[in-house]
Amino acid sequence: MAVIHDNIPSFDLFQPASIDDAVSLLGRHGADAWALAGGLDSMDWFKDRTKPHPKVVVDLGGIAELRGIRSTADGIEIGAMTTLTEVANNEEILANYGLLAEAASLVATPQIRNQGTLGGNICQDTRCWYYRGGWPCYRAGGNICYADTPTSMNREHCIFGASRCVAVNPSDTAPAVVALDAQMVVRRGGSDRVIDAEDFFIGPAEDITRMTALRPGDLLTAIRLPSTWAGQTFYFEKVRDRQAWDFPLANIASAMRIENGVVQDARIVINAVAPYPMRLKNSEAELIGHSPDEELGATAGETAVSGAKPLAMNGFKVSLMRNLVKRAVRGTES
Amino acid sequence: MEFLQKATSPWGQEILVRVSWDLFWAVLIGSVVFLLVHQVLRRRWIGKEAEVVEGPGGAEKVTRHSLASRMFHWVMAASMLVLLFTGFLPIVGIKFSWVVIHWWAGLALIASIVFHIIHATVRWTFKEVWVSLRDVKDWWRGMMEALGSSGEKARKPGKYPVDNKLYHYAIIVTSLGVAVTGVLMMMAIDTPFFARDPYFLSEGTWGLVFVIHGLAAIGLVGLVIAHIYFAILPEKLWMTKAMIFGWITRKNYTYYDSERWSVEDSGESPGEAPVDAPVSETS
Repeated sequence: MAVIHDNIPSFDLFQPASIDDAVSLLGRHGADAWALAGGLDSMDWFKDRTKPHPKVVVDLGGIAELRGIRSTADGIEIGAMTTLTEVANNEEILANYGLLAEAASLVATPQIRNQGTLGGNICQDTRCWYYRGGWPCYRAGGNICYADTPTSMNREHCIFGASRCVAVNPSDTAPAVVALDAQMVVRRGGSDRVIDAEDFFIGPAEDITRMTALRPGDLLTAIRLPSTWAGQTFYFEKVRDRQAWDFPLANIASAMRIENGVVQDARIVINAVAPYPMRLKNSEAELIGHSPDEELGATAGETAVSGAKPLAMNGFKVSLMRNLVKRAVRGTES
Repeated sequence: MEFLQKATSPWGQEILVRVSWDLFWAVLIGSVVFLLVHQVLRRRWIGKEAEVVEGPGGAEKVTRHSLASRMFHWVMAASMLVLLFTGFLPIVGIKFSWVVIHWWAGLALIASIVFHIIHATVRWTFKEVWVSLRDVKDWWRGMMEALGSSGEKARKPGKYPVDNKLYHYAIIVTSLGVAVTGVLMMMAIDTPFFARDPYFLSEGTWGLVFVIHGLAAIGLVGLVIAHIYFAILPEKLWMTKAMIFGWITRKNYTYYDSERWSVEDSGESPGEAPVDAPVSETS
């Protein structure tokens, strides 16, 4: 049903060699410009539907500054164009931020991880097929959500955070960076602004056409992981229909600081159940001062699903989410 | 500038989506231009209107608005401002979580409208805002006078001058426009009041609902800007104060035709006013 183009409509392609040049191009062309990272999400949009096509594409592939993993005074900084394979295999990340390495390693397929970037995976658009299929829904600039009706195919859609639109954030790395309390470095014009990962992802209530705080002209340049959570106890699990290659039905990322068997601090983030990676603060609060066992996990899981509003076909996500939280707290898969 | 936004369905059909927000900018700019032009012309009119009313009774109170009327006005004003800000700030680029605030404010507006209709029906005050042939003639004379004609002068108005009455009609049309379409739109989102059903209307009808809602809301932007502007003009403040405190002075009252608005007949009793107030009416 989507309006498929045999050929990608034409656009002007720019291949800057520096961040400043890229930001200058993005700023000059504003909403007409498209920042191209790995290109895996972008190519869909260029070809498969009637979303306004970019007049200008800024290919970030030639900007060396955007690649690589660097140690900083307070943790590490990952360039936004670093591939998911590099993130998954990097020794420092594996040693101290294994949560992100695990999340990156579960994205799609090895080929896609070789091409896909951390920044692109974090900033990818939702997979709602009504939206992607060319339906003029709220997110596409219309005024109807076709996914939220009694007869809609909404098995993959949200149980939290709906506001007119019920699409979910499909990223695997997004909940990991929120759990690790990462900071997103965004360049606009000549200056950087640093946004907490938790605030970087936005829901439809705030802006129904975007999934992140990035506005036209902005460029995500790096992701900073503070040392606060380095080497703590992590848990990541992704549930999907096809184990070989699929987007998540739900995924969970947790980071816990445990001393003498007692949880001192915790961050639990679940994705693909809401339009943004959702931090489970009430569940986190229940963990502090207790031993992370089966019983505590069950309690935290029950708290996590409080207020869930399943759609016609995704009631299973409530029990899925409850169990993922329990498993994250318990720390092992049964 | 386009007036309507349209989209294409997966079947290639053109669907009406909403009014173009270019119109919002046009109304906003037009309103500002109107205010600037009025500011320039106003200085000519004030001198003439200063001689309109001269009379005794500067310290005597005349009740103009009942407590119920004032409460309605301010609830409606507050809800209208919240609706306009939550509706248009995201469009101008200030993004925040606005939807829930918007429809709660909409419910407050609807409640105030229902109250106003019941109140006006019980007190049977419709004739106060009814535009008569005399009002039309006086409006025309007033316009000619404002433009410098030396013909017949407009006569004193009843409780509400004709421009107030016309403004009231414009508010009726636009408020009912946003209220009725707003309730329909609540059926397409998640609220505690309706089971969400976007197929309650066809796509084309939804588009029409959004267009009416948008047009009425954009109209309200201009109307509210004009209303606030006139309310804070120094020569109008006595009217604005009346909407806060409920009364005007006997001297202010002489601006009106006592036969068309008889406070004695309405049983309202005069009292002592703490301050004297200036008198003039310009629009």
